[in-house]
Amino acid sequence: MKTFPIGGVHPSDNKQWSKGSAIEVMELPDVVNIPLAQHIGAPATAIVKKGDSVVVGQKIAEATGFMSANIHAPISGTVTAVDMQPNGQGLRQMMITIKREGDEWDEAIDRSTTLVTECNLEPKQIIEKIKDAGIVGMGGATFPTHVKLSIPDGKRAEILIINGVECEPYLTSDYRTMLERGQELIVGTRILMRAIGVTKAVIGVEANKPDAVAHLQQIIGTATDITVQMLKTQYPQGGEKQLIAAVTSRQVPPPPALPIDVGAVVCNASTAVAVYEAVQKNKPLIERVVTVTGAAVPQPKNLLTRFGTPVEAMIAKCGGLAEGDVKVINGGPMMGRALSNIAMPVMKGCSGITIMVGAAAGRGVESACIKCAKCVEACPMGLEPYLLSKQAKKKAWDAMEANDITSCIECGCCQFTCPANIPLLDYVRLGKQTVMGIIRARNMKK
Amino acid sequence: MANRFFVSPAPHVHSDYSTVRLMGDVVIALLPALMVSVRVFGWNVLAITTVSIASCVLLEYLVQKFLVKGPVTVNNLSAVVTGLLLAMNLPANIPLWIVVVGAVVAIGVAKMPFGGLGKNLFNPALAARVFLLIAYPVQMTSFPQPTINGFADAYSGATPLGAAKGMLVNFADFDALGMFTGAMGGSFGEVSALALLLGFAYLLMRKVISWHIPVAVLGTMAVFAAIYGATMGGAMIWQFPLFHLLAGGALLGAIFMATDYVTSPMTTKGMVIYGIGIGVITMCIRLWGAYPEGMSFAILIMNSVVPLINKYVKPKRFGVK
Repeated sequence: MKTFPIGGVHPSDNKQWSKGSAIEVMELPDVVNIPLAQHIGAPATAIVKKGDSVVVGQKIAEATGFMSANIHAPISGTVTAVDMQPNGQGLRQMMITIKREGDEWDEAIDRSTTLVTECNLEPKQIIEKIKDAGIVGMGGATFPTHVKLSIPDGKRAEILIINGVECEPYLTSDYRTMLERGQELIVGTRILMRAIGVTKAVIGVEANKPDAVAHLQQIIGTATDITVQMLKTQYPQGGEKQLIAAVTSRQVPPPPALPIDVGAVVCNASTAVAVYEAVQKNKPLIERVVTVTGAAVPQPKNLLTRFGTPVEAMIAKCGGLAEGDVKVINGGPMMGRALSNIAMPVMKGCSGITIMVGAAAGRGVESACIKCAKCVEACPMGLEPYLLSKQAKKKAWDAMEANDITSCIECGCCQFTCPANIPLLDYVRLGKQTVMGIIRARNMKK
Repeated sequence: MANRFFVSPAPHVHSDYSTVRLMGDVVIALLPALMVSVRVFGWNVLAITTVSIASCVLLEYLVQKFLVKGPVTVNNLSAVVTGLLLAMNLPANIPLWIVVVGAVVAIGVAKMPFGGLGKNLFNPALAARVFLLIAYPVQMTSFPQPTINGFADAYSGATPLGAAKGMLVNFADFDALGMFTGAMGGSFGEVSALALLLGFAYLLMRKVISWHIPVAVLGTMAVFAAIYGATMGGAMIWQFPLFHLLAGGALLGAIFMATDYVTSPMTTKGMVIYGIGIGVITMCIRLWGAYPEGMSFAILIMNSVVPLINKYVKPKRFGVK
């Protein structure tokens, strides 16, 4: 079975808790906080002020430049504040607060469930609609989708890859989306193909989701433009570079090279559904499926949630938080961010809320490196985590750059596998950020 | 509701690897060979093993507690593995006080002065073995001959390698099956190829080690011996390599000593280079050196090259041709 060429680990996927739960609609919150920075790039600029009334789907913040994304009102009501509010890490950032009144939608949005398959728009028009809808990569990286689809001059896209891998343990939001929104996903995929001018698309799905593979294959039927590729269950299969390598056998060269340099454009499965809704139904990105799961969650669920809904409300809906030591993670257990503030609003990149309890909430005790080389074996980018972490401790930034630190995708395989419980990725991440800063400063001088 | 919220960067889950588990697996993998040794050489083997492990653990404890005055980490089992491997590299009739001297060299010279677990340049058990070989050549090279009733003969005889060195044997009729199952003279851990291969299979199954180092060492020795054997003519092209793989510490060294995490390279390419080096040096010593066996020397020599290998042999980076 196809997979990526080097490294990788096999964490227990623990998807059994939530995979059987059909997508449920989360109750509308009474008050939402909408952060202006929900994506990679410049934060959006608010275009509403305190006292304004808004309807669902109305644009409330505008992209600041090309590398940014629009933000729309997820509920209807009155804007009560545009100010600094604590985010999931407790740091204050700019947010728009809306108090809900009813559920009034923008009239341009087609809320019917009728499937619209026809799309005769020009590529430019499609990308414009996607940009207007504020769509960003929903797998967690939140890269603005219109940027990804705007192929730079001199480059050519050859293949569209839809990322239905969901290699992150515990999470099932993409899985449920593929099963329940398969028709829309396939139309969305064809729209994306049209936007970038390719005739071939591959949907990559891990082998632990055979029913999703079968379901999508059945929808595609005899059509030959889209194929579903089953991939070996191995983390980080859903990493963009790993997925491209698994599907096409082409390896994206180290930074600053991009997937387009090997002719590939990758979009997440949920993003493809969002593209369908934006282009065919005029519906901007105002909600998403979020998995709430964990060993001690009484009723794990996949919830269709409006952005801005507080995480604690979703946890309450799933039966509440266990007593004692907990870790609430925005995302999955391999790459998610632990929250110190569970009032955090759900954002565009939030694919799940994972809750660890008891000893699993903490970290193991660090001991001496025994040079077992398991981190080197596990690294999907072919790096030497033990060496990089040692160099980061010594602040040997030049040496780290020479050892290709900028290729690190922060997947966490090294730290996951380390028998000595060394927080390898903490050091590597610190080194990577510092080295990237040094490189940026150097490039600016030139 | 009383909650304590934990916050730390990703990843938030961990594999079930731990230093203790890996070390424990090495001990388990050595048990078949130890049991064969007891069957072949008698209970003396257990006495040596117990003394060796106890001295290593106690010494590490004392050094950490009273000399370094740092945290005591003997419960990570690494001193147990060192003690066990040291014992298995000794003849079955070695005086117990020499075993204690060996433990002092292993822990007190080769391991702790370098900074303890993970920092030592040389394999502690092998450094100790080589020290003992030079310091107590008589006791270290009088191997009891195995007997079938489970009691070692008082008389000391030659090992197959020693005999081959003195050209005492006719290679055409060496007892390959006996050497495979444990009926040969030698350090007590190295006598049964079958038991050692069983341990190898276990280590591979549990993903404690990869196949690269053992296969590189043994493959190199086999090719080297086959070429040498071919010059001798006849069936030696396959008998000579078979003899060299089964004789002496080839298997014990390749599977359990050369693969010591701390003193072996970090990349698979590096492991292969290191393994080939050990194979070549071992065969050179066996064929042309003063000693009948060269495995310990070869591993120690290649241990010293490991930092260099780690510096220059990099893994294949993703996306780089």
